[in-house]
Amino acid sequence: MTKPKVFEKPTGVKDYLPHAVTKLRRIERSVLECMRLWGYEQIMTPTIEYYDTVGVASSTSDQKLFKLLNQRGTTIVLRSDMTAPIARVVGSLLKDKPFPIRLSYHGNVFRAFEEEGGREAEFFQTGVELVGDSSPEADAEIIALAVASLQAAGVPSFKIAMGHVGFLNGLFQETLPGLESEQEALKACLLQRDHVGYRDVIRNLSLDAEWKRELEDILRLRGGQEVCAQALQLSANEGAQAAIKHLCEVWDVLEAYGIQEHVLIDLTMIGDFSYYTGMTFEGYASHLGFPVCSGGRYDNLLAQFGRPAHATGFALKTTRILEVVEDAAQEQVRTLVVYDKTSRLEALTVAGRRREQGESVIAVVYESDDSELLAARKWGGAGTFSYRGTQYRHVVLIGKEAEGLA
Amino acid sequence: MTDSGVLKVAMPKGRIYKQASKLFRQAGLPIPEDFDDSRRLIIPVPEANMEFIMAKPVDVPTYVEYGVADIGIVGKDVLMEENKDVYELLDLGIAKCRMSVIGLPDWKPVIHPRVATKYPSVASQYFREQGQQVEVIKLNGSIELAPLIGLADRIVDMVETGQTLKENGLVEMETLFQVTSRLIANRVSYRLKNIAIQELCDRLGTAISARV
Repeated sequence: MTKPKVFEKPTGVKDYLPHAVTKLRRIERSVLECMRLWGYEQIMTPTIEYYDTVGVASSTSDQKLFKLLNQRGTTIVLRSDMTAPIARVVGSLLKDKPFPIRLSYHGNVFRAFEEEGGREAEFFQTGVELVGDSSPEADAEIIALAVASLQAAGVPSFKIAMGHVGFLNGLFQETLPGLESEQEALKACLLQRDHVGYRDVIRNLSLDAEWKRELEDILRLRGGQEVCAQALQLSANEGAQAAIKHLCEVWDVLEAYGIQEHVLIDLTMIGDFSYYTGMTFEGYASHLGFPVCSGGRYDNLLAQFGRPAHATGFALKTTRILEVVEDAAQEQVRTLVVYDKTSRLEALTVAGRRREQGESVIAVVYESDDSELLAARKWGGAGTFSYRGTQYRHVVLIGKEAEGLA
Repeated sequence: MTDSGVLKVAMPKGRIYKQASKLFRQAGLPIPEDFDDSRRLIIPVPEANMEFIMAKPVDVPTYVEYGVADIGIVGKDVLMEENKDVYELLDLGIAKCRMSVIGLPDWKPVIHPRVATKYPSVASQYFREQGQQVEVIKLNGSIELAPLIGLADRIVDMVETGQTLKENGLVEMETLFQVTSRLIANRVSYRLKNIAIQELCDRLGTAISARV
């Protein structure tokens, strides 16, 4: 690569200017406050972790992990999500805290560069983990909190699609007993969203037409609770039945929360099979081409940190939400204090008082050759006053020179 | 990605468009055969509640991945090469051809094999799977030239009838995969505009099976 130009930064990372940060902080605050009201306490973990612990346990594929060597030659990763670090904390620092444990987080996470845009190397996630509860209520709580968080963030319209990895696992085991590679092929197609490939694999299977049709029909299994009833007919496999019953119960709880209109069931909606163990979901906002949140149940992760436990959670991609959220007009009140050097004490006291009132205050020393400050004297107080490219709602003149009385 | 019912469709300009629009009409969607002003890039088709974005075929998956188009029509060759995160919903069965390895009839293994192609990613992956390390040279057109003038000993390219190959004294050595056009969808649109997309899929599916 050629030497970078001075304004350049590595691919996939971003600067956020004051305007965007204001908005981003507002989103984060609202979402974290919402999570707090649901009983989730915020924790912080380090940006770097060991590759052999958190790196290996995380759901991020190895080539997407951002790896470094420390001075001893040990491989370090920049965290790729917050779930694995939290699992580490739950298995160590919090190992005596009784389940269920409710934790929230906000932090930057990293993925190794990909050349394409839209895939960021560093982005911000706000999310929760509910550890030590395997009930449908826990899964429903996570989805309901995701809905509440999206609303708190101000996302105008969104939809959550919910699935369960157990259904497909069960159905495939029933229809293709012992045919591991065929099962894997079908799952790989669904994971890559390749419905054409999925149908091709089915066509080449030696199965009777009835089963083939059923396997094809799951591509259309989408909708409300009625999908559960249809799915129960599809497979007699124990695992599949248990998965659907679990989803039905989750749906019942979601109805009690009154948020079923935001949720649809899609049984082809599957996360990474090696990581997710139960319910999985993704959230979509209109006007955004990529999902804004994702989550699900991962009952195998905690065991890798010495404290086997059921767990479920989700993460919002706050930097992505930034693009769809309207600017709330709640502008900061800015005040400009212009003072003579001889009136410094009075001016800084006034500035301090106004700051206590929540105003954003800049204090400047009056210079007679500054035409913008001269204009401040004549400004009548209508609208805003512009000084060095910033708009001020109030201007306070302190001292004889500043007031033009000298 | 508007919430209004209008589906934004990334349509490949040129050869595939003619065949795709014919299929759409067979599916009962009133799509014009050709547009009077072919230079227009965004064409509303209110009769079908759609809006066409006329794109260069290789760019169709990009528009769909970013969600500026809800769905798109694109050849499997481009999908394999671009490797974008989109739903591949339907094999439209049009624009049939195949991706093949091509060479001179007297080809023999060489010490430093070189393969010229418009599809460097597809070619690299294929040869890696075959356990062969080859140097892949990206060209943008007239790929058949490469073995004739000694730039590469083999090429990877699309073959429709094989006529061009025959005229240039080249032969197909292996077929990588069959290529047809596919209907693809954005991840978010697939959920948020599910009803419209599913209906389109069903109508196209019926039209496709009626053809065979």
